[in-house]
Parts: sequence; C-alpha cells; structure tokens
Amino acid sequence: MVNKRAILLLAMVAVIVIFPLAIYNGKGEDQGYFGGSDDQGPEYIESTGYTPWFHSIWEPPSGEIESLLFAVQAAIGAIIIGYVLGYYQGQDKERKRRKIEANSNEYVDV
Amino acid sequence: MHIAEGFLPWQWCLFWYLAALPVIVYGVIKIKKVTEEHPESKPLLAVSGAFIFILSSLKMPSVTGSCSHPTGTGLGAVLFGPSVVSVLAAIVLVFQALLLAHGGITTLGANDFSMGIVGPFAAWLIWKGARKIGWSTSIAIFLAAVMGDWLTYVTTAVQLSLAFPIPTFEAAFVKFIAIYAYTQVPLAIAEGLLTVVIFEYIMKLRPDILVKLRVMPKEDPELKKIESAVA
Repeated sequence: MVNKRAILLLAMVAVIVIFPLAIYNGKGEDQGYFGGSDDQGPEYIESTGYTPWFHSIWEPPSGEIESLLFAVQAAIGAIIIGYVLGYYQGQDKERKRRKIEANSNEYVDV
Repeated sequence: MHIAEGFLPWQWCLFWYLAALPVIVYGVIKIKKVTEEHPESKPLLAVSGAFIFILSSLKMPSVTGSCSHPTGTGLGAVLFGPSVVSVLAAIVLVFQALLLAHGGITTLGANDFSMGIVGPFAAWLIWKGARKIGWSTSIAIFLAAVMGDWLTYVTTAVQLSLAFPIPTFEAAFVKFIAIYAYTQVPLAIAEGLLTVVIFEYIMKLRPDILVKLRVMPKEDPELKKIESAVA
C-alpha cells in the first residue's frame, strides 16, 4: 500500500531543501553561498585571533574522498533502516495473512 | 554543530568531557539493561543509531544561504531516552572526527553535550509534555524532533560564546546564533517531518515494542485504532 501521508511529508522536506536552491539560484561558493555553518564558526573564531591548538589526526585528502566517506556514512544508516523496516513490514504482512486464514477456517468449521 | 578540532581552549574541552561522560556512562548501562529486558528492541536501537548516521551526514541548504545538517537524535530520544542517544551520538561523532575531520577528538565532549545530551533531552521532555496534555503522537514527535535539532545548535552557539566571549558573551552569542541557529530553523523542520514519517511507520508495524519500551501506553487510542484496522 502506498502511504500517501508519508509521501506528502517527504514532499514537504523536498520543498524545504529545494527552496533555498531556487532563491539563490546562480550563486555559489565563490559568492559566499552554500558554505557550511560548521565552517563559518571556525572562520569567525580565527578572525578573533585564536589559533587552534590541535589538528585532525587525519583529513580526507580531497573533496572527492570526503564525499565518499559521507556517502558511506549515509549508506550504513540507510541499509540498517531499510533492513529493519522491511523485516517489520514482512512480519506485519504475514501476521495479517494468518489472521485472515484463521478467521476463514472458523467459518469453514461452522 | 560540530566544533572543529582544536577550536576550544583545552580547559573547555576538559569541562565538556567531564559534563558529557557521566551521561554517556549512564547511557551504556541503560542500553545494557533495555536490551537484556527487551531483546526485541535491539533492531529499533539500530534504527535509532542509523537515523542519526543518515541525518547527520546530509548537509542541506538553508534559506540563510549556508548549509548545515540535521542531527536525527529526536527519534532515539523518544524511543529510548536521552542518555541512550548520548552513546549513539558519540559513536557518530567519533566516526566523523576520525574519518571526515568533521568535529574533533578534543571537542568530542562539547559536541556530544550539544548533539547527544541537550538536544535529545529537550526532545524527550517535549515529547513527554506534549503527550501529557493530550497532543497526538505525530504532533508530539514533530515538535520533539524539531526542538531537539534546533536546541543542539543553540547549545553550540552558547558553548562557543562561553569560550570566546569577544568582546562580551552577549555580543559573541548574537554572532554565533546568527551562524548556527538561524540557518538551522528550516532544517530542524525538515528533520521533524522525516522523524514523523519513520515514527508513524514503526507505530504501524510494531506497536507492541512501543508499548514494551513504554513509549506509549497499551490503551492509547491511536494504537487501538491501528489494532482495529488490522482485525
């Protein structure tokens, strides 16, 4: 069964994500758009004259490697959720099937 | 909300480690207890962790013109309580600190305090409160997830303002709130919607586990409705 409510909610999420892309269309990182707030914080702190006293032990050597690792992170999460919810869905289906079967058997007995 | 490696003076690193550690230890004990009492809740624990994995990896654009990511902690907070989420968040933060140079080991305590403790604790309180005054599960879980996400970023702004009160705490707070909290508003709403979708799914398929974890009472009218729809 298609869950219309879930689709509607997901569509709203899509709108929230697409809206900023639309209003700042044509602008990019070079104009100061779509940078990460996690990067703006440190930038501001450095502008106050602070120098970090410790650096990451390892850094992804390029943007490609970084996006690879972020994708791996999301994939790990997605496969777990998909597996568990899929398993639950199957259980639910089987439970309903047995219930219907049990009910129809009763009628046969009568 | 990830404070980058080395971007907190060491005294503050220590302070936030000390603040976060007791909660994480309590969370580990609680995970042990809940998985022993209700082994059938293990898949949901995995889903809660996985939800944080996905959502905290998605850097989404915001109307402020910068990007940030949701936290995904509201779901686990409602299902298992905030202390359990402090452990799940710590796992994600270590992964990101070591492999992505996102956040850091020195700032792990501070980052877990915002994402793994303040956010989930707020989410859990809001869920309990909204349910108590009789709001529907969907509204309650939405508000819990939205505020859990947003308050995580407010906490980051507070932490940085405390560490860098330049020229004053108030002035720094205005600056850091502008960077973190405004950007986060639409993303928090998106996280709220996604959490509603997954929670309604769980509620429909395994209401029995929600009852066992005491997320919802057995006689909840919404659960009764799901049950009667099956029969």
